[in-house]
Amino acid sequence: MTETERHEYDVLVVGAGGAGLRAAIEARERGLRVAIVCKSLFGKAHTVMAEGGCAAAMGNVNENDSWQVHFRDTMRGGKFLNSWRMAELHAKEAPDRVWELESWGALFDRTEDGRIHQRNFGGHTYPRLAHVGDRTGLEIIRTLQQRIVALQQEDHAATGDYEARLRVFAECTVTELLRSDDGAIAGAFGYWRESGRFVVFSAPAVVLATGGIGKSFQVTSNSWEYTGDGHALALRAGAELVDMEFVQFHPTGMVWPPSVKGILVTEGVRGDGGVLKDSDGDRFMFGYVPAVFTGQYAESEDEADRWYDDQENNRRTPDLLPRDEVARAINTEVKEGRGSVHGGVLLDIASRMPAEEIRRRLPSMYHQFRELADVDITAEPMEVGPTCHYVMGGIDVDPDTGASGVPGLFAAGECAGGIHGSNRLGGNSLSDLLVFGRRAGLGAAGYVERLEGRPAARAEDVDAAAATALAPFDRGEAAGENPYALHADLQRSMNDLVGIIRTEAEMTAALTRLGELRERLRDVVVDGHRQYNPGWHLALDLRNMLVVGEAVATSALTRTESRGGHTRDDHPTLDPQWRHRVLRCRRRSGPQDDDPAVPPVAVEVAERDPMRADLLALFDLAELEKYYTPAELSSHPQGGSDG
Amino acid sequence: MTTTVPRRRRPGTGVDAPGRAAVGARTLRTDRWWLPPLATAVGLLAFLVYGGFRAFQRQYFFADERYLTPFYSPCVSLGCAAEPGSAHFGMFLPDNPLIPYAALSLPFLLGFRLTCYYYRKAYYRSFWLAPAACAVPEPHATYTGETRFPLILQNVHRYFFYVALLVSAINTYDAIVAFHHPTDGFVVGVGNLVLLVNVALLWCYTVSCHSCRHVMGGRLAHFSKHPVRYRLWTWVSALNTRHMLFAWVTLATLVLTDLYVALVAAGTLTDLRLIG
Amino acid sequence: MGDTRAFRVWRGDAAGGSLVDFEVEVDEGEVVLDVVHRLQATQAPDLAVRWNCKAGKCGSCSAEIDGRPRLMCMTRMSALDIGAPVTITPMRAFPVIRDLVTDVSFNDAKAREIRSFTPPPDLAPGEYRMSQVDVERSQEFRRCIECFLCQDTCHVVRDHEENKGAFAGPRFLMRVAELEMHPLDVADRVAVVQDEHGLGRCNITKCCTEVCPEGIKITDNALIPMKERVADRKYDPLVWLGRTIRRRGA
Repeated sequence: MTETERHEYDVLVVGAGGAGLRAAIEARERGLRVAIVCKSLFGKAHTVMAEGGCAAAMGNVNENDSWQVHFRDTMRGGKFLNSWRMAELHAKEAPDRVWELESWGALFDRTEDGRIHQRNFGGHTYPRLAHVGDRTGLEIIRTLQQRIVALQQEDHAATGDYEARLRVFAECTVTELLRSDDGAIAGAFGYWRESGRFVVFSAPAVVLATGGIGKSFQVTSNSWEYTGDGHALALRAGAELVDMEFVQFHPTGMVWPPSVKGILVTEGVRGDGGVLKDSDGDRFMFGYVPAVFTGQYAESEDEADRWYDDQENNRRTPDLLPRDEVARAINTEVKEGRGSVHGGVLLDIASRMPAEEIRRRLPSMYHQFRELADVDITAEPMEVGPTCHYVMGGIDVDPDTGASGVPGLFAAGECAGGIHGSNRLGGNSLSDLLVFGRRAGLGAAGYVERLEGRPAARAEDVDAAAATALAPFDRGEAAGENPYALHADLQRSMNDLVGIIRTEAEMTAALTRLGELRERLRDVVVDGHRQYNPGWHLALDLRNMLVVGEAVATSALTRTESRGGHTRDDHPTLDPQWRHRVLRCRRRSGPQDDDPAVPPVAVEVAERDPMRADLLALFDLAELEKYYTPAELSSHPQGGSDG
Repeated sequence: MTTTVPRRRRPGTGVDAPGRAAVGARTLRTDRWWLPPLATAVGLLAFLVYGGFRAFQRQYFFADERYLTPFYSPCVSLGCAAEPGSAHFGMFLPDNPLIPYAALSLPFLLGFRLTCYYYRKAYYRSFWLAPAACAVPEPHATYTGETRFPLILQNVHRYFFYVALLVSAINTYDAIVAFHHPTDGFVVGVGNLVLLVNVALLWCYTVSCHSCRHVMGGRLAHFSKHPVRYRLWTWVSALNTRHMLFAWVTLATLVLTDLYVALVAAGTLTDLRLIG
Repeated sequence: MGDTRAFRVWRGDAAGGSLVDFEVEVDEGEVVLDVVHRLQATQAPDLAVRWNCKAGKCGSCSAEIDGRPRLMCMTRMSALDIGAPVTITPMRAFPVIRDLVTDVSFNDAKAREIRSFTPPPDLAPGEYRMSQVDVERSQEFRRCIECFLCQDTCHVVRDHEENKGAFAGPRFLMRVAELEMHPLDVADRVAVVQDEHGLGRCNITKCCTEVCPEGIKITDNALIPMKERVADRKYDPLVWLGRTIRRRGA
């Protein structure tokens, strides 16, 4: 069709965040030739945004910590929906992955005795987060990046070519996975953002590590790259997505000015004494303590204020309820007209402590508001509101190898599903990247080594991928949809109708709108030529956002309960009958459904694997009974009964 | 939208090098970027003119039989005999108009400041225009920085620092003995305070030097194994952040101190006695 | 919508280009990157610009605003002169690709030339012990977000294309300093930082420090300390004498 560049590798890693780089390092260390393809420059991935730290039960600060405790915390945080095997591997292997980073040059903050310091975080029983101030993600991405450079230097010493066995294709977007006649992965099709030229990668194994889906929502803490590419690529290639209804909204993102809407305001503000207020100055959170938490939170402002100094004799302030509860409360306040001028609520720390103290405790927040919003948080309250932060759902993978249902297709990091269940704990994301990035790299390497022949891509698929990519340039006369406008409409629909609080009616409406958007996408037209054309890039990314949007909306409509990152106004409680069920999304197939650009999504209800008995035994029966049906607990050593 | 600058590409160097964005203008800075280098040049030149004149004047350097200006310290020329009591370390250099009375210290002090990391920045920017201001192209066709003679000599800054320490000690001695009047005994005049403030700031400038910071502890790989040097390094580092400030303040106090001594010596000004 | 402001944005590629005038609406509280996005959405859908996090953490949206190297996401409109049009050009030390996007592969090449972190051979992962005071200097340099504004502004390469081979630039000289100050690194890069990475070309005029959006004191804390270490090794006659005597004696 058009001129196309071709490359051959053993393993192709799509995405250069923490998971992708870790996978690439592992596959390269197994002796394979590896390519990393990423939409941005090398080292710019969204992992840099992670602030708090990387959870790993090293026990440096509190030696009572162990993988079992970390495992329990993770399962509780996910409301027992997590893939227990992933949670187990994660808790067991995270310390090794962190220590390994040190041997590659990472410099975490230290304890008195020279070990890695660990900090407290929501949901973690003990201080567990390895960190570097509030820029842990940057440290991890830079360390992995520098490890890759070190490996390239080794290859250069051996072969004279830095890129002999490990090459980064930066600013290159994969638009389609290529498969052989028998359905195995054979490579991928993409384009250079810089030139618009097409690239065909021939590789028997592909590791997807593309991150999340936040850019489908209007208000998000995610960057433009988070368009759900891995989710959509996998779905189109025949893999399944799980848990797509679970999307984490962080309760406090900036809402003003528009330029920074969605940027995170750390939970530390509330932990250090900041309180949420409505436009009348009332601390509204006292009215939002749900029944399950009754008695656990302070009932008066006086008691809440005493808690900061005396946590033994007072109950904590309801400002520190779990993220979903706070986000929902803020949402209600705004909907009922008690929001701030710009559609958020007020987060006040200025009136709570001296200016000097605020600057000392929250230097980055002080800086962030001063630089970006021209707000002095020591003098005036911040305006905050919920922001789309993380997707728990993702590609269904084998916990041990990261293998999806499609032979040769692997996934790790945010685009893989399972480990976090219905809600992710802070700090578990960076460790997830490292543990499962490595495992996916290993899995892919093992798969390639066992392979007898290299699957060959079908030539017609390459042509079709090229045609799809070029379609926005040659629409008919009637066409004229602006990709930017379409994107804005998609974001608004997802935000308003499949956002933090969901109802059947709204999601049905959302699916109708998504259907309309799908029609409009056929008419999207882009100006200019193929060289570094952001309008074109967005038009192609929109395909993925639409598929993902449909997967989220359809799954959310199906799950008739509220749990973690999925809140149904019409089904407000947790339902044990839903705990053991998993929603699996796949592309609908059928002659009338076959839209190759944006295939329709089918959602199926399936049963989850029951937890292994020895892991189940780590929990108290009384706790499990809140989540499980009695029948599921018969194998518990404390003698769960069938009745 | 309209196109205001014709599409063109000037072959050339630097920001006009082939392949770079053909912007046309050498710089698009709209602020008064030329002001700081201009002010620096004026300030440095003014000091050099004043200092040069005073160093060779051989007059008005000792006042009230006890105030020795820093420009003449240590006074080691045979000519210092004209002002009894001004020479604390002997008189041995010939009295020649081309040899300043403090010829032993002035070249090193000049060298200390010439090789100082701050002054280097200041004169590379204001005199060499390399660069005059950030993102403003420099006029030179080639550039090798401090890799060749003579600029490679900037690397001996630490030796000037060692001598400067010695001179600061001598200046301190001058400031202390100035409390003793040959006939009146212990006295305190405004001149004493002037000398003290000057010498204190000279110490600040000298100790805040980057070479000092390196010697004190910067060269260590493990601060934790050298707690005393780490403490010293921390102090010097704190001062070092103000090295530029001390560089300018001491130029001013040197001139003011010298002027004060000269005016008192010339009888234009009378030193106010506070004690004695 | 807020006020309309005048912008002059460089558009073109390696073959040539020009400043193009736009009138754009600017809302309260916006940064330059917001305006560029509005331009894309309304007037110039194919305007090439590189960006990611929009919060000053990834270092992608480097450009020159009114002639000064800056991050577009951290330059508030209210901080710019209201009377004059705002000019935006790509970084001018690197080859341009298109519009505001430049080819920064120079930096990848330089990164590869620096010997990587080299731990003691007998130390297993998990056995690393380092004091906080020993890691703090290197930690400052590891705050670097690799926006390459320091590389862009440094006149050694900005004004002298011919120096690009012999000069690593502030970001990578700082990387050498970071490794040299790492408490557990056992490699020696002091001689090569002068001979191969071109530290001697730095004339400490501090533009790198001035433009650093992370506020890293590149010159005072990395470059000058490295110059002093090089002086220890190469230019200190006493150290040289001591070493020579020791060699003769041995």
